[in-house]
Amino acid sequence: MAEKHIDEISGVETTGHEWDGIRELNNPMPRWWVWTFYVTIVWAIGYTIAFPAWPLISDATSGLLGWSSRANVAVELADARQAQASLLTQVVEMPLDDILADPQLSQFAISGGAAAFRVNCVQCHGSGAAGSPGYPNLNDDDWIWGGSAQDIFDTIAHGVRHPGEDDTRFAEMPAFADILSSEEIRQVSAYVVSLTATPAKPEIIEPGKEVFAANCASCHGEDARGDREFGAPNLADAIWLYGGDEASVVAQVRAPKHGVMPSWLGRLGEPTVKQLAIFVHSLGGGE
Amino acid sequence: MSILDKHVIFERNATLLLVGSFFVVTIGGIVEIAPLFYLENTIEKVEGMRPYSPLELAGRDIYIREGCYTCHSQMIRPFRDEVERYGHYSLAAESMYDHPFQWGSKRTGPDLSRVGDRYSNEWHVQHLIEPRSVVPESIMPSYAFLKETPVEVRDVGMHLSANRRVGVPYTDEMVENAEADLKAQADPNADTSGVEARYPKAKIGDFDGDPARLTEMDALVAYLQILGTLVDFSTYDDASGYR
Repeated sequence: MAEKHIDEISGVETTGHEWDGIRELNNPMPRWWVWTFYVTIVWAIGYTIAFPAWPLISDATSGLLGWSSRANVAVELADARQAQASLLTQVVEMPLDDILADPQLSQFAISGGAAAFRVNCVQCHGSGAAGSPGYPNLNDDDWIWGGSAQDIFDTIAHGVRHPGEDDTRFAEMPAFADILSSEEIRQVSAYVVSLTATPAKPEIIEPGKEVFAANCASCHGEDARGDREFGAPNLADAIWLYGGDEASVVAQVRAPKHGVMPSWLGRLGEPTVKQLAIFVHSLGGGE
Repeated sequence: MSILDKHVIFERNATLLLVGSFFVVTIGGIVEIAPLFYLENTIEKVEGMRPYSPLELAGRDIYIREGCYTCHSQMIRPFRDEVERYGHYSLAAESMYDHPFQWGSKRTGPDLSRVGDRYSNEWHVQHLIEPRSVVPESIMPSYAFLKETPVEVRDVGMHLSANRRVGVPYTDEMVENAEADLKAQADPNADTSGVEARYPKAKIGDFDGDPARLTEMDALVAYLQILGTLVDFSTYDDASGYR
């Protein structure tokens, strides 16, 4: 190492290692490479001064530029709201019916509602809002809790049977397995099915009608057309939440399933819930 | 011999090279990792966080056992698109009782850090049994067997103790009542005042649609339903957590 060895042919210094007479040239790094390397070091120091980096006693340096990812997202969200501000303010301030009457505003609300629907509602109600067993179809005009924009708003805002929500829609049909005999349940189910289809045993429709009048009519109505006041579904249309064949109706009379919908006002905020209500109202069944 | 030639000393002594390398790496560790343990603003101050209830903890174990984290993250990053879709960005405080944390790095399915309260228990059960019955485009596997598998309750108290050892503030009372609390939380007829007092905001009641049995489905849904719901954002000052 002490003495330098110069390669005879290229005139370049070697590393001083030798293997069977073979030596390694010790060419210096290209100038441009070395200088780029030095620049990156200087850049790194400047970067840690400009941006949050160095840990101190109880905090870290926040950087001369004051950059913060969380502050950035707050600004971005505020900007996005600002861009829609005039329309959003109108959505918040105007009653739902007035929004519906205003073409520009309702168009805005429907677009915003459709976006929010795709993120928050499709998991249960389906991407086409057609629902599935247990989750209502929102395209038809059969509403359990009412189909006016205000009714839809209230349902979305406070949910259905949502635990811990005071204003939630609440109705609970009793389990008639404890109240009626199996025979009576078969009869009343045959009657309910007979309103829109033909049950297997038409002869038990008549006694079923009496059972219905005594036990079911107080909520579902004399004519079985339901009562939105109690969240009692219309049984006289051919639209079923849990299936319309006799076995499904029997099961629902014996031990009813009760769907739960979360309340969305706290999570999404009033402007979004209002837009959702307008969107759902616009799907076809709005009243 | 210039100073640059002194590396020969290291290069000719493997042990010294090892010690030297370790020393250099340690500097990186001290600067980048050590401060996280003492800096006061690493974990922001929030109200509402509490350790998981025994049932939620059992559900979390199932979440980890089934590898849910390979497709679902639990980390909403501070970007507008994520905040608009999933809700408020995740705070460090929200995973301070997670051992290990479930932030994840891959989203084949959606982020779950705020899935709690978003869907009904019935939806979760149906979706776990047959995902495509509610979300036709889903590629998630079926976890129907969870509803048939009784949840392991025997050693949940020890599980709480183990968590306490790594810093989760479970009290003696919580550990003593762990087994009873686990059973009570999913039993609609049980006296749940103890669970509610020890674990505020815990979801109480039957989760899997079968009140008679305490299954892994109960535990997993109880865990999913609490995710992201504990922090009280009405008292949280966003600007204090800017970083």
